[in-house]
Amino acid sequence: MNDIAQGLWQALILVVSLDADLVEITVLSLRVSLTATLIASAIGLPLGAWLAVNRFPLRRGVIATLNALMGLPPVVVGLIVYVLFSRSGPFGVLGLLFTPTAMIIAQVIIITPIIASITHQTIRELWSEYRDLLISLHTTRRQRIAALLWDGRRALMTASLAGFGRAIGEVGAIMIVGGNIDHATRVLTTAIALETGKGAFDMALGLGFVLIALAIAVNLALHMVSNTERGARW
Amino acid sequence: MVATVLPLTLEEVTLHRNGRCILGPVSLEIPGGGITVVMGPNGSGKTSLLRAMHGLERINAGQVRWSGETERVRASQAFVFQSPILMRRTVVDCIAYPLRLSGMGRGAARTLAAQKGAEVGLADSLNQPAHVLSGGERQKMALARALIRDPQVLFLDEPCANLDGRATLDIETILTEARNAGTTLIMSTHDIGQARRLADRVVFLHDGKLVEEARGASFFAAPKSAEAAAYLRGDLLT
Ligand SMILES: Nc1ncnc2c1ncn2[C@@H]1O[C@H](COP(=O)(O)OP(=O)(O)OP(=O)(O)O)[C@@H](O)[C@H]1O
Ligand SMILES: [Mg+2]
Repeated sequence: MNDIAQGLWQALILVVSLDADLVEITVLSLRVSLTATLIASAIGLPLGAWLAVNRFPLRRGVIATLNALMGLPPVVVGLIVYVLFSRSGPFGVLGLLFTPTAMIIAQVIIITPIIASITHQTIRELWSEYRDLLISLHTTRRQRIAALLWDGRRALMTASLAGFGRAIGEVGAIMIVGGNIDHATRVLTTAIALETGKGAFDMALGLGFVLIALAIAVNLALHMVSNTERGARW
Repeated sequence: MVATVLPLTLEEVTLHRNGRCILGPVSLEIPGGGITVVMGPNGSGKTSLLRAMHGLERINAGQVRWSGETERVRASQAFVFQSPILMRRTVVDCIAYPLRLSGMGRGAARTLAAQKGAEVGLADSLNQPAHVLSGGERQKMALARALIRDPQVLFLDEPCANLDGRATLDIETILTEARNAGTTLIMSTHDIGQARRLADRVVFLHDGKLVEEARGASFFAAPKSAEAAAYLRGDLLT
């Protein structure tokens, strides 16, 4: 109990004093996870929608795989990305290992299935509602997907937020591909792991509270942005 | 004037679902102009027939033939479903949607949609989300959306089911205006009074079969088939 109180106190001090290290790792956390969320959304939203409106032979298999990939262990993803981008790996020449870019790549792999899968569910329901109308209006495949994504945007924002939540709290993969290098690839979660390892629980807890506050703040911000839009009643 | 896609010809059109023949074989021709009313008891295949004509149902045998190339044929039709399909948008954006699909800019499309919305009596609800509309208003919205691209052929599946007298009258007025403007209407209804008021031609179905096809006046004055006569008398067909 005392530890938690101390952690909260520590978090308060870190935030109020705008501790330079804290600001740096917080900004990097946000940058990596928001970028990963944007990229994963750009892939996952259209992919999920496409799967919802198209029938093709391996459709069920693809959807089952996607759902299974939602549970992909981050450590394994990290390991695979590590091997691919290590000096001797196929993408070694790019020199991306231990950079924020590698961390973004790992997170994109982890959260794209989540976003695509939730999108697929959402869009499938909307498609069963809109189907007759969109077919009757002689829409192209593109137009269908565009209408479904647009009209489902509120639910889809939730899909992206779920992805972001997973990314910002993820530690296994970015630890491996980022290396938790001070002033280079250290983010909130890897810093927490480090502080915990050192036995500095109050610091670790302090960072933990900052992380939670950050996740909540991003969610709130997005909800506020979308609620100011007219027609929020859907 | 754009080249007409009519007449519409059905040759031995047959629909099977779940191993059962639910429609046909139906052969009939619908010329341009006027209102064709599809009548028949529940489950007789009215909806299936309209959907098959419009290309929404896979046909197991026979042919639906329009004149003209497919693209133009598809673009010249509109369909109003029995329960209106509402998009999660404002009323004016729902009505504007078909114009947006045709590539019209948002501003121009909304202007035209607002006019069309006002014509059907939705002037006060244009900026509401579509789902707050009442049943009658939803049907008017669907009608405005269907008419916005000036279709040559308008299908309506029981457009006034569950509507009261006032709303029904409003909708019948809009339909009559569309007919007078040259649109060909093909609609189903359960309402014998409505069929009497609107029908230039009647297609009567029973058990998925085309039982009778006649001019409106002669159908109501003297139906030729026993089924249609019984239906018009108000007997319960089984
Ligand atoms: N997709 C389908 N699968 C199986 N049966 C179907 C399908 N669509 C329609 N049917 C059946 O075909 C028959 C005709 O249905 P349809 O909806 O065309 O009748 P309807 O004349 O429009 O009836 P109602 O007056 O109740 O609207 C019904 O018995 C219905 O159960
Ligand atoms: Mg029906």
